[in-house]
Amino acid sequence: MSTISETTTAAAERGQRHLPGEEGTWVFILGDMTVFAVFFATYLYYRGQQRALFIESQHSLVQGYGVTNTLLLLTSSLCVVLGMKAVRRRLAGEPTRAAPWLFGGALACGLGFSVMKFVEYGQKLAAGITPATNDFFMYYFILTGLHFFHLILGMGVLVFLIRAGRQASMSARQFAFVEGGACFWHMVDLLWIVLFPLLYLVK
Amino acid sequence: MLLRAFAGPARDRVTAVWVLLVGATLLSFWLGTDHGLSSTEARSLVILVVAFVKVRFVGLYFMELRTAPVALRALFEGWCLAACLALIGFYLFA
Repeated sequence: MSTISETTTAAAERGQRHLPGEEGTWVFILGDMTVFAVFFATYLYYRGQQRALFIESQHSLVQGYGVTNTLLLLTSSLCVVLGMKAVRRRLAGEPTRAAPWLFGGALACGLGFSVMKFVEYGQKLAAGITPATNDFFMYYFILTGLHFFHLILGMGVLVFLIRAGRQASMSARQFAFVEGGACFWHMVDLLWIVLFPLLYLVK
Repeated sequence: MLLRAFAGPARDRVTAVWVLLVGATLLSFWLGTDHGLSSTEARSLVILVVAFVKVRFVGLYFMELRTAPVALRALFEGWCLAACLALIGFYLFA
């Protein structure tokens, strides 16, 4: 137990460098981010080919949904960061039980995001807009759908964090998984931070 | 207990980063709904750059890459810079 607080909080305070999570987790996160970056660039490339169509189609998106979802994910990320700090304090012997509640708060934000996505997709489909409508909507559905898939995986990770946050002790390996899980959730937030302006705001 | 998690002394910095990220989001939303700059291109470029500044903050403060091994931090910051420049390039020249 002391080894965990040694490698995290204390190490950070002493200015030592610490890898948050397992190396493999980071290969996955950076790989995923790179795949998304290629998708983002591809979207802009095709946008350049059909600028008028993309701008016109973009008008039917509700920017308020996108911005609300951004705020939900930012808040969920803050909850996860604070949850990780609570986990560390608990592992260091403090009697805090805040971690599961904070991870639960993040999960609630994730559920809020999902509800908004269903409402948004529902409205598009009800208006007869599908991925087959045109290239803009094909990219809209593929990019937001792919992100939504990551969000659902991330909510599974948050359930794991809620369980782990209840523990008063864990091995260094378990702790690395918890840290990696937290970083995965931040990646879901990070990708939406680029995706939202790209689809909804960039004209 | 929960309140302390948000407002305790060691948590001040991440909460401040969150306030900054929310502010940046609202700024982009404002610009993206045709306010601020008169040029659409300038607005879009500011929105893209703001997005990657936000991403960098999420990486450094939320993913804790600020104190991560230099190689990992460099890879992340390299991604931010490369992706930002690539998207600006595709936006302007595609």
